[in-house]
Amino acid sequence: MSDTSQASATVPARTSASLRHQGVAFVVLGAFFLTAPLAMYPVFLMKVMCFALFAAAFNLLIGYVGLLSFGHAMFLATGGYLSAHAAKVWGLPPEMALLTGTAAAAVLGLAAGLIAIRRQGIYFAMITLALSQMVFFFYLQTPFTHGEDGIQAVPRGMLFGVFDLSNVWAMYFFVYAVTGAGLLLIYRIVHSPFGQVLQAIRENEQRAISLGYRTDRYKLLAFVLSAALAGLAGATKSLVFQLASLTDAHWSMSGEVVLMTLLGGLGTVFGPVAGAFTLLAMENYLAQLGSWVTVVQGVIFVICVLTFRRGIIGELGRVIKRPL
Amino acid sequence: MSEEIILETRDLVREFKGFIAVNGVNLRVQRGSIHALIGPNGAGKTTVFNLLTKFLAPTSGTIFYKSEDITGESPADIARRGVVRSFQISAVFPHLTVLENVRVALQRAMGNSFQFWRSERCLDTLTGRAIELLQSVDLAEFADAVTVELPYGRKRALEIATTLAMDPELMLLDEPTQGMAHEDVGRVTALIKKVSVNRTVLMVEHNMSVVAGISDRITVLQRGQILAEGPYAEVSNNPEVMEAYLGTGHD
Repeated sequence: MSDTSQASATVPARTSASLRHQGVAFVVLGAFFLTAPLAMYPVFLMKVMCFALFAAAFNLLIGYVGLLSFGHAMFLATGGYLSAHAAKVWGLPPEMALLTGTAAAAVLGLAAGLIAIRRQGIYFAMITLALSQMVFFFYLQTPFTHGEDGIQAVPRGMLFGVFDLSNVWAMYFFVYAVTGAGLLLIYRIVHSPFGQVLQAIRENEQRAISLGYRTDRYKLLAFVLSAALAGLAGATKSLVFQLASLTDAHWSMSGEVVLMTLLGGLGTVFGPVAGAFTLLAMENYLAQLGSWVTVVQGVIFVICVLTFRRGIIGELGRVIKRPL
Repeated sequence: MSEEIILETRDLVREFKGFIAVNGVNLRVQRGSIHALIGPNGAGKTTVFNLLTKFLAPTSGTIFYKSEDITGESPADIARRGVVRSFQISAVFPHLTVLENVRVALQRAMGNSFQFWRSERCLDTLTGRAIELLQSVDLAEFADAVTVELPYGRKRALEIATTLAMDPELMLLDEPTQGMAHEDVGRVTALIKKVSVNRTVLMVEHNMSVVAGISDRITVLQRGQILAEGPYAEVSNNPEVMEAYLGTGHD
């Protein structure tokens, strides 16, 4: 086959037996984040969960449709800014703030998607990068984001008017629930009739067209879903840190999510979670190395690409002969 | 005697930056026939295929399918009309299972292909039909295999099963036996003959024994133009065709 390089980087299709493995993996993951705060800082774990959702949303495009977006920071930032603004200025409760951020990211996803999905490969990546740079500039200039300062002291508020999210445990389990729901939705999308068509498009778009699929529409819907979920991750993150800042809109954030996904395993359900955890753990626990952290990350990335291209979870899935 | 024309092109032209790949082709394909499109390398056969299925837009000319002008339609629309093509390189979904390859073709008719919130288990109702299609090309035993692991000839057979899943009225096969081992050629040729019942097949083919064996009519293309058309016996004795193929006159 002409696509051997791609072949070794993606995971074989699943059978019903492998779906059970993914169910087990979900339980393990859920149990991990339920017990992990006993050993690790909850705020760190909340950050991991937000980025896990962000990376999983990104992976929905690259792993299951074969589209490399290099501008996903724009959706993370849009979700973050809009929910922070909604919570702080409009005084919306947290659940409505999250919805506002998610919806805004979805709308931006629709606009960006309409432009970007007309192209493939490197052109798609460049268009998404260019669009996200424009969005960055917009957030830099527009007053409501407060430029370099960002939106600070965002109130976490009362969830459903009942749970006080300023309590770290209430916040933790709220993030836990949001991330869990987001990951389950992604899992469902991947294993839906729609997901089947997406994978067919990833595998051979020309053939999918010749079977009567208007593939642009499927790619657009996938793009919007991915943008909305990335926005949800950004919105949640802004409540966790009570801050929405330009960092989320910067292109390096788009690069970081690529790194997380590759490290964890492209086109795997759980890879983005593992990738987000690994990368953030490095940033967190190697912080005393200062700017050397980026060097260490770079080395690990090179090692990953050279020796285990399937990523952590991809390699694990290969060992147990089940896609995860 | 059915003389009905299912597909017709009028003065089909395709230019690439000053180079005319297809130059005024008037093709008429009879319903129910196996029609072969042959010609030397670079004659424009694959370009004609791409024009017919709108993977390329013609520079000028019109395409009629069942007397309707389909020149302005998108590739997906043409597939929905029942004109389904294969590709020169094997067109399968390599990392889906063999069963899923066929199922994805059956799935579109269910109308749930945008439903991202439903479980793919709702596609299980298609499994029976998919297995039937796989049986028709002797692939049922490989249903759960990942397609990339199939040998080449089997992949081509799977491609035909997937095309059949669309229940096409007109199948366009682009070099169905290309790159195949000898024993596979026989198998695929028999398969094409078998599936052509109640359908029309238009194929590009290099292997003359395949063409001679199963085609009802042959169109010979050369330098983007039709050189000859007719039954095999007639075309193969045409001196111009011999010259095109052998490079010199026949003696």
